[in-house]
Amino acid sequence: MIYADNAATTKMSEAAVNIMSSLIRDTYGNPSSLYSFGQKAKEVLEQAREEIAGLIGAEPREIIFTSGGSEADNQAIISAARLGAKKGKKHIVSSAFEHHAVLHTLNKLSKEGFEITLLDVHENGIIKPEEVASAIREDTCLVTIMYANNEIGTVQDIKSIGEICREKGVLFHTDAVQAVGHLKINVKEQNIDMLSASAHKFHGPKGVGFLYARKGILLTNLIEGGAQEKGRRAGTENVPGIAAMAEALKEAVADIDKNTARLIPVRDRIIAGLNEIPHSALNGDAGSRLPSNINFCFEGIEGESLLLLLDDKGIAASSGSACTSGSLDPSHVLLAIGRVHDVAHGSLRLSIGEDITDEEADYIINSVKEVVEYLRGFSPVWRDLVAGKTQFIL
Amino acid sequence: MALYSEKVMDHFRNPRNVGVIEDADGVGEVGNAKCGDIMKMYLKIEDGIVKDVKFETFGCGSAIASSSMATELIKGKPVEEARQLTNQAVAEALDGLPDYKMHCSVLAQEAIEAALKDYESKKEE
Repeated sequence: MIYADNAATTKMSEAAVNIMSSLIRDTYGNPSSLYSFGQKAKEVLEQAREEIAGLIGAEPREIIFTSGGSEADNQAIISAARLGAKKGKKHIVSSAFEHHAVLHTLNKLSKEGFEITLLDVHENGIIKPEEVASAIREDTCLVTIMYANNEIGTVQDIKSIGEICREKGVLFHTDAVQAVGHLKINVKEQNIDMLSASAHKFHGPKGVGFLYARKGILLTNLIEGGAQEKGRRAGTENVPGIAAMAEALKEAVADIDKNTARLIPVRDRIIAGLNEIPHSALNGDAGSRLPSNINFCFEGIEGESLLLLLDDKGIAASSGSACTSGSLDPSHVLLAIGRVHDVAHGSLRLSIGEDITDEEADYIINSVKEVVEYLRGFSPVWRDLVAGKTQFIL
Repeated sequence: MALYSEKVMDHFRNPRNVGVIEDADGVGEVGNAKCGDIMKMYLKIEDGIVKDVKFETFGCGSAIASSSMATELIKGKPVEEARQLTNQAVAEALDGLPDYKMHCSVLAQEAIEAALKDYESKKEE
């Protein structure tokens, strides 16, 4: 199998698996227990916190372990909203193509009387920092903009956006789930107040992530209970998962240059290959995008059937079609960059792994070409387009 | 657990009766690209019997499989029988569809209904 769905989840690194299994077996003490066996688990936990903090330019006390990226997003946004509400500030700036962990949380807040401004992400999937600046008002309590988009891979100018927020005295959160471990991040240099991350996107385990929150930002507790995480997140800590996350991040960050140098030429080779398919288009900016991300729309076909046939050819990929989401609408990300429904249904996301070979890249290109041509062969939509009864969009 | 039954996958991978009938006696097209599913059915009818049927589908795996199965269920059958084809019969013949994919079988039923309606209206001319 060629696993080309690394934006969905990644294979755990060997080192992370080893640490996790040894801790599960041998270091099962509760970090809150006072005897030395419990304190040993506490040590592992705090060492992981220190490592992770160091890898993103934060201080250990600024790292809160969570169950993953979604929880971190929820906690960051809710916390900023509660702080804002105390000062009568109930306006939040975000973007139209955020992850649902952000959008649904914002939707909940809008029902509580918050006003939400969703910035345009334009045709290339890039937010203009000056538009962030002009969207900020006197009563804005938070700007939350994703670092890299999970579907189309576009990367935002986080440093500039952070700088604007800092100047205007507004909290800045970034959902960096797709970026951490893949792009160089320094929260201090990039003016980031809060950042969400998820371990399984950088070869760590599932069910664990973290929130970075700059010291001085009072967090709202989403889970009530014990005093873990300095009272900011109750529940016995997932020590093996957290330690494995730290190990995976250490490796990922150390390999960023190497992986980027490897992935970009392969990514661009696949993009060039798929661009040869008539009436197709790359989604998202070609330059400012994750080294692993390829996202295309193919006119006249539907994404789910494309995925199933690629699966038969041993390629695991993803699509923004409605049929893969269980809803009637295609991906909100593709709609946000201006793709119409008809075309958005025919999308394909390939998120390649660092170990991909050139042969595998060529196999992907040829397989996609073959399947698209096959499906167009009995698509009434394609027939009408070719016959000139309807107009090509791409 | 697989997303679809083996029957669905078989009809998806090897769809029966794919294509166009140039001199069809009835043609029906249902669905729209906005929703992600379009089915087009072509019927050749002789002496009240569905002599031949072909389809073209833009859609997901279950839409393609439903079209394929629907054509199998009416091919060689009297028009009256074809008219009574239900979406449940299509779904059952496929060993079931996930709940949120049942609309694909409805679309297949409607495509055949539309093609038969077209046949009737042509006959009256």
